[in-house]
Amino acid sequence: MNTWKDKLPPLGTLGPFLALLAACAFFASQNSRFLTGANFSLILQQVMVVGVIAIGQTLIILTAGIDLSCGMVMALGGIVMTKFSTELGLPAPLAILCGLAATTLFGLVNGLLVTRIKLPPFIVTLGTLNIAFAITQLYSNSQTVTEVPDSLTLLGNTFELGGSAVSYGVVLMLVLYFVAWFGLRETASGRHVYAVGNNPEATRLTGIATHRVLLGVYVLAGLFYGIASLLSVARTGVGDPNAGQTENLDAITAVVLGGTSLFGGRGIILGSLVGAMIVGVFRNGLTLMGVSSIYQVLVTGVLVILAVAADQLSRKGGR
Amino acid sequence: MSQTHIVMQAKGLVKRYGQVVALDGVDFELRAGEILAVIGDNGAGKSSLIKALSGATIPDEGEILLDGKPIHFKSPIDARRAGIETVYQDLAVAPAMTIAENLFLGRELRRPGFLGTVLRMLDKKKMLAESVTRMNDLKVGIRSMTQAVETLSGGQRQCVAVSRAAAFAQHVVIMDEPTAALGVKESNMVLELIRRVRDRGLPVILISHNMPHVFEIADRVHIARLGKRAAVVDPKKISMSDAVAVMTGAKSVAELPAEALA
Amino acid sequence: MRLNAFLTLSVVLMGGAAAAADQPVIGLITKTETNPFFVKMKEGATEAAKARGAKLLSGSGKADGDNAGQVTALENMIAAGAKTILITPNDSKAIVPAIKKARDKGVLVIALDSPTDPVDGVDALFATDNYKAGELIGQYAKAALAGKPAKIVTLDLFPGHPVGAQRHNGFMKGFGLAAPDAKSNELGKSAEVVCMADSFGDQAKGQTAMENCLQKNPDVNLVYTINEPAAAGAYKALKAAGKDKGVTIVSVDGGCQGIKDVGAGVIAATSQQYPLKMAAMGVEAGVEYAKSGKKASGYTDTGVTLIAGKALPGVDSKDVKTGTQLCWGKK
Repeated sequence: MNTWKDKLPPLGTLGPFLALLAACAFFASQNSRFLTGANFSLILQQVMVVGVIAIGQTLIILTAGIDLSCGMVMALGGIVMTKFSTELGLPAPLAILCGLAATTLFGLVNGLLVTRIKLPPFIVTLGTLNIAFAITQLYSNSQTVTEVPDSLTLLGNTFELGGSAVSYGVVLMLVLYFVAWFGLRETASGRHVYAVGNNPEATRLTGIATHRVLLGVYVLAGLFYGIASLLSVARTGVGDPNAGQTENLDAITAVVLGGTSLFGGRGIILGSLVGAMIVGVFRNGLTLMGVSSIYQVLVTGVLVILAVAADQLSRKGGR
Repeated sequence: MSQTHIVMQAKGLVKRYGQVVALDGVDFELRAGEILAVIGDNGAGKSSLIKALSGATIPDEGEILLDGKPIHFKSPIDARRAGIETVYQDLAVAPAMTIAENLFLGRELRRPGFLGTVLRMLDKKKMLAESVTRMNDLKVGIRSMTQAVETLSGGQRQCVAVSRAAAFAQHVVIMDEPTAALGVKESNMVLELIRRVRDRGLPVILISHNMPHVFEIADRVHIARLGKRAAVVDPKKISMSDAVAVMTGAKSVAELPAEALA
Repeated sequence: MRLNAFLTLSVVLMGGAAAAADQPVIGLITKTETNPFFVKMKEGATEAAKARGAKLLSGSGKADGDNAGQVTALENMIAAGAKTILITPNDSKAIVPAIKKARDKGVLVIALDSPTDPVDGVDALFATDNYKAGELIGQYAKAALAGKPAKIVTLDLFPGHPVGAQRHNGFMKGFGLAAPDAKSNELGKSAEVVCMADSFGDQAKGQTAMENCLQKNPDVNLVYTINEPAAAGAYKALKAAGKDKGVTIVSVDGGCQGIKDVGAGVIAATSQQYPLKMAAMGVEAGVEYAKSGKKASGYTDTGVTLIAGKALPGVDSKDVKTGTQLCWGKK
């Protein structure tokens, strides 16, 4: 009775991966340099910051929430880490911890406003987006922080693997994705995140403390944004107060492209990695083809609509 | 009258919402091994009574006894912990999650040893096997426990919700309008299931507007009126129209034959 | 709506107070709040205003390209009594009607750094010639390559931006390639330019753009960048690929961080601009207008200087020391 079709994941989850494969196949046909280990290692490095932000964003979107402040909070973390290290002279681990604390604190603020004051996440994070941005600009005086010590940028270093240079930061991103995937799939807390997003009232009635789940998700996301800021500092070697401005929407794009539903309760975390990769692959591939960047923007927009449509259609067909 | 064990009892419950008196000193009694239906017109106080019994509201006056011992529920979770399970009108299931996951939502089983305590991994195999066992016990014919609940029909979903309550209840199962919005065939499926729950030793409190269903499966019927208990009747010894008349006040309890009372 | 009214009210009160004290009120509207170039411009204007006893009101667009925000700031400042407006327009065409309304009311409007379209949409223009800035680094790059066949990567701003087009095309002209003239908004192409990518003037995006271009053409030897953050990103990408020694990077801006990079050999040469000078001249013109009613007019080139780490024969440049003295930003 169970055909092989039933065993496949729904189109919403398989679709993004197929799209990524199709894009890779296309670009490989256009330029022989596309399908090399070196090129892919590069693409992974280019998407690792958005990739890690997208982990936090996925958790929040799974609860039917959204976080518009993610990029700005990340920028704040980067400025805190680099300024504490260069100006206050803190050793790197301590400076990093302070940066993580700053971003996690913002996550806590977001979470408390959503769970205690019961404001919609869209509104809350719209506000914290501006607050984080202003604090970052004021604290950094709108100047990029340079002469960052090597100890802060270790994750940008690479090691040899099968003839290509692989960045430690990319490895960290992959590890974080694995941890998030494991937690969401195999632990009760992970399943509760899905339940809260799918039917918050039902979840509450089964005795699960939904506000604790929500608070936890926002705090955890803040921590991921902090790790992303460390990766950003490691990649560029500076603390940039204007970083993260496009990452806000880029992270949400990655999550949507990856098949997670904006209505909550559905989606797989690995999809967000695929979504981030799709954007990176298109940017890299189109540049290799010599196509103007405006077309990247056009393609991304079309893909987002296709992704959401595919998810909606697959669900209707499944009934 | 033979002495039957009284599982749950309430005496003189009062509940006010501002100027409105929802419960006006109502009494209540649930006996072991029975299906007790609670009927009443809108505003008669039946939902307030059920809320008090399931821990959703705290009565202003009166007492509730479970197995003879007084209880004070501060929330539905307290009621659950005391072994009282409620099947809500909107079912309280997460549609995108599987039947097995929904059955164990909030009560998940963890793997033994290190995997369970440190890594906090779920024992999905065990939960799946348990779900199959429980559903088979109650003779619910759903093919796969790994289906998402949203793929089920309305009646099947109701069965899942009822089975979940029956699986974890120790003393009482409360059901709020279980056959509302169901067609004939599906309603029968659910009513059969409710009978099986009772037959396995769990008393059931059933709220319903559907008189035919009430008269089909209830052992006794508690008629609520104006915040009090108007009467408790035996559905086999009273006509449906008489019961409705008492419910609306068209007939007084005194007008009923003695054998109709239970 | 309420926020707008509140802002208007506060600006009016401030401006009103200034008008009562008979101070000249000058408004400065920059493209954005955060680009260090404009931060410096605002600082320069504030200092000049203080020195001359004028009151400075400041505002900006929300982001590069935000015209509506600048129009709002313009209206608010005039309501607050500003008699001179200094503006770096986000959209050279779209801002003109709002400026006309202001000029009709007798307000002196001076464009800083970028012209309006048409140029006489404002009373005066104090700017760097961005085309010239590009030409200078193009000439230097040609000399630096010393006759080797050029394989050029351009890291531009984003499509359609006049400043991005002028610097890009100026660079090509200075290098000796056929290029569109200073009026064009299109980015010129040529066979020597093997890869064009957009950096958005941002370091991280500049790095990504350079990485992708390197994948396409590993054997580049010259990189033109729209500004120094993009150049820093390009350098990082080149260094990671082991190509930093063989590639010449040129840029525009002349911020102190950029000059440091020239000194460190990261950037071979950069065209230095003077936002502080533009701002000071603008304030000066505003004070003069308030005192004597004389309006500034025409185009005043605030100067662009080529700063190079290594002087090359046939190209006039200043050294890093000079560049550091004149640079804007954190020294």
